Amino acid sequence: MLAYYLRFSVTCVDKVILRKVKIHNYIIMKILVCITNVPDTTAKIAFTDNDTKLNKNGIQYIIGPYDDYALARGVEIKEQTGGTLTVLHVGGAEADPQIRKALAIGADDAIRVNAEPLDSYFTAHQIAHIAKQNDYDLILMGRESIDYNSGVVHGLVGEMLGIPSYSPVMKLDFEGNNATITREIDGGKEILKASLPLVLGCQEPIAEWKIPNMRGIMTARTKPLNVVEPVAAEEMTTPEKYTLPAPKGACRMIPASEAETLIRLLQTEAKVI
Amino acid sequence: MSVLIYIELENGSIKKTSLEAIAYGAKVAEKTGVKATVLAIGKAEMTELGKSGRYGASKVLHAADDKLVHENSMAYADVLVQAVQQEETKIVILSKSGLGDAMAARAAARLNAAVVSGVTQLPETGDVFKVTRSIFTGKAFATTQINSEIKILVIKKNVIEIDENAVATENAEIVPFAPTFREDDFRAAVVNVEKADTELSLTEADIIVSGGRGMKGPENWQLLLDFAKALGAATGCSKPVSDLDWRPHHEHIGQTGIKVAPNLYIACGISGAIQHLAGVNGSKCIVVINKDPEAPFFKAADYGIVGDIFEILPRLTEAAKKLR
Repeated sequence: MLAYYLRFSVTCVDKVILRKVKIHNYIIMKILVCITNVPDTTAKIAFTDNDTKLNKNGIQYIIGPYDDYALARGVEIKEQTGGTLTVLHVGGAEADPQIRKALAIGADDAIRVNAEPLDSYFTAHQIAHIAKQNDYDLILMGRESIDYNSGVVHGLVGEMLGIPSYSPVMKLDFEGNNATITREIDGGKEILKASLPLVLGCQEPIAEWKIPNMRGIMTARTKPLNVVEPVAAEEMTTPEKYTLPAPKGACRMIPASEAETLIRLLQTEAKVI
Repeated sequence: MSVLIYIELENGSIKKTSLEAIAYGAKVAEKTGVKATVLAIGKAEMTELGKSGRYGASKVLHAADDKLVHENSMAYADVLVQAVQQEETKIVILSKSGLGDAMAARAAARLNAAVVSGVTQLPETGDVFKVTRSIFTGKAFATTQINSEIKILVIKKNVIEIDENAVATENAEIVPFAPTFREDDFRAAVVNVEKADTELSLTEADIIVSGGRGMKGPENWQLLLDFAKALGAATGCSKPVSDLDWRPHHEHIGQTGIKVAPNLYIACGISGAIQHLAGVNGSKCIVVINKDPEAPFFKAADYGIVGDIFEILPRLTEAAKKLR
């Protein structure tokens, strides 16, 4: 802990030694941003193989929108503090273009755990394993993935590492190793002060999404993307099948001149008021 | 042994989503031949907690430690874990919220339990335990087997009917519950809590009236607020509206905002971008009012009116007032 409070001049000390050194009011932070690789929001969802697999034909994959917010804020914090930012993905090689995009946006290096992310527990187990080896100060990710919408991975990772987790975080600032966190709670928001290390699930307006510039895209090509094999994890759940919701009936149109009819229909037909 | 249901309290009252969780948990308890026990954290009147009985719970564990005044998922998960151990629970039920998911996750990691969030139906409880949940933001469902001994299910809102007279029991028995905590649970200090001064929370509301860019400016919002008031509805808005600061961020409904699932969602001057639809597709009934007949929202609607919202809203408000 003492190392946190030692003051050195930034320029003359090797970055590795500098990692936990406080300069001005910032800690040189080691940041991990976990990203998902998910179908674009507008993707039409369909299944194949007897409804056991997602039909990936024609689907455009993106970095999860919430993860993209986490990445953007992570890059800003890294730029302020001169720390390092590693991006982590659990999934197959099809995610590599999205991982390169994260590198182009500003991550220094990337780790891909080469495995199908079977469920939240499996994914969290892989993240926690990588985190234990690398001693990150700050682990950021989206509040939820937009494919499975579970919103539990940050809590699982926090508990597996024995450190606090908060979500959904809308604002994040640092003074030394103390974070000021604004998070959304039901019907309002809560402002917290917490010391590192932390796991945070992020959402807007924590930062604006970043678009890679040409220089970023060029340098991303040579940044390290380390592919590692997964560690064994208990199979907590086994997927069985997918189903689509029943098709929606046609919209009943009411002429504007008879708008008042709507209220009657909502009461007598739809029975919702 | 019992099914354990965690309930959330708001100003000392049981939230509607938590009543749904009790109803769900009571049905699972009945199916598996055990009792349903409720866990409540925070200050509440005994009479309010006792109401759990009407929805099928036979016992309420009540943890009212002063340390639990803020929604602290670490400490709350501690309470949940100890309640699970005391009750020898195999199935834990929570309602879906930021707090519910966080507690479920942290408790799952400690209990070596599977956590499945967004559950939409009662489980199959035969030789294999199966649940179905909502995925792809409401665009599909996944059925999953759970293999772990302890199972934690987080229930999506408004998918379970609540029946206030499900059971003809008197009030549930209330038992004080005094858990122990870990020092690290309170590492973060809560500096401030800002609650919006609206009476109705969007996630709890049965009816939501929502406005988009078609409202043309914040000065026109009174029309929408009047209509909402006449219906007893909460109000929301689309992303552009909160981005333009016409309305506060906590009213933003959509993919990256709040996801709602009311019985009735009325969209005024919202075109229906897919990101907005992702936040409302859990609604039972959708009404769209828009001047553009080509607005994509009509495809997702149950009722639609093409016309000038500034002319139509006051008329609907008057018609709604006559209902009361």
